[in-house]
Amino acid sequence: MNGLRRLPAVKFKDIQPELRQLQRRGFLRNALSLGGLALLTGCDLSTNSGVDAALQSILRFDDKVQAALFSGRRLAQTYPPSAVTRPFRFNAFYPEWQVRGIPDGWRLEVAGSVSEKTSWTVAALRTLPQVEQITRHICIEGWSQIGRWSGVPLRAFLQRIGADLRSPFVSFRCFDGYSTSIDMASALHPQTILALDFDGQPLAPEWGAPVRLRIPTKLGFKSAKNLQAIEVTRVFPGGFWENQGYDWYSGV
Amino acid sequence: MPLHHRPTRTAAHPAIIRVLHWVWVYAIGCMVFSGWEIYNASPSLPFSFPRWTGLGGWLGGALAWHFSAMWLLALSGVIYLAYGLASGHFRRDLGIPTPRAVVRDLWSALTFRLGHRIGRYNAVQRLLYLGVIGALLLQVVTGLAIWKPVQFGALVSLLGGYPIARNIHLTIMFLIVAFVVVHVVLVAIFPRTLVSMIVGVPAEPGGRA
Repeated sequence: MNGLRRLPAVKFKDIQPELRQLQRRGFLRNALSLGGLALLTGCDLSTNSGVDAALQSILRFDDKVQAALFSGRRLAQTYPPSAVTRPFRFNAFYPEWQVRGIPDGWRLEVAGSVSEKTSWTVAALRTLPQVEQITRHICIEGWSQIGRWSGVPLRAFLQRIGADLRSPFVSFRCFDGYSTSIDMASALHPQTILALDFDGQPLAPEWGAPVRLRIPTKLGFKSAKNLQAIEVTRVFPGGFWENQGYDWYSGV
Repeated sequence: MPLHHRPTRTAAHPAIIRVLHWVWVYAIGCMVFSGWEIYNASPSLPFSFPRWTGLGGWLGGALAWHFSAMWLLALSGVIYLAYGLASGHFRRDLGIPTPRAVVRDLWSALTFRLGHRIGRYNAVQRLLYLGVIGALLLQVVTGLAIWKPVQFGALVSLLGGYPIARNIHLTIMFLIVAFVVVHVVLVAIFPRTLVSMIVGVPAEPGGRA
């Protein structure tokens, strides 16, 4: 109860940027294709925002359904090492030649509802328990590939930093300009890890060095690479793709 | 017997079927065209759909349409199945035809000798309608599998894994589209059937039992 009382009330100005981002979302941009026109006859195309708003509210309903379908105990299928996809496909919101190296003096920052806000070096992260997984990475575009990652279970990390596990969101900010966020239940799933290694080697920059999120119970864009900061929060954090209209929950 | 007694001027297609039919035109149209846009984001086979046919404008929009229209399709499907079972529509109108009847009616149809009586389905029609109902049910199942491959992991394994399940979903879409093409061609040949799917017209003599 004390923990709840300590929380400040959400003020309008706190969520203003998020609200602005929500308004910017557009599902119908470039949608004047024949398929779109044929199906929208009867709708006034000049009020696209009405259709957008309807789609957005259904997506929010979908998110609730997805959260209800999720089980913290149900594991993503794991594969033998022979099943690993080679070569592994690079993917980001920019081409491979724009991959950024690790910034000098990099440390993983933690923020929000956590009791220990000290930042972390890779060496410090390696002192925490490590797990390995060979799982399928499924892209929102439909392609998929099997990879091998190891690192710290996010659950163990959140417990170690004294995170308020009743906070609804865990948000990830990356030094390449990317960001994303997940729900706490998915963050605590045993296969959700802060990956330090890919295919038995420390992460290379293109695979998310020095630390990335690996979460096989979500679509690939949730597995943020090149992490800079993790925040435990009660304010809906959105994310790079989420703010442009990708479904926020995006569970698989 | 009294249970089956109906007024002789019963509409060939009850109002609920007519409404559901046009709901499906919209819902299946949304699912197919947004599905093409989603497929185009990363084609699993060496072809893609013409860009102008996509619904949603981009992947995020197409997914929003797909995951919205699915509720309309599912809801109307559940209403239809409940109605079909409760009213006797399935038993009366959509009994599984015998192979002999299918061959007979198909031959008549191909030689343009098959009469069409509104309100009664011949063996070929019954086969097509049962087929598309089955395809739609399978499409819901394969769709659930590729929407939630972890939560419905056993289903994905049953379908041969995620990439194969995705191609099965695509293949069934083609079967549904093939049905729609045949269906629309047949309606073009017998335009009266279009009227009977909009307003309530009486079943033709020898039609609805």
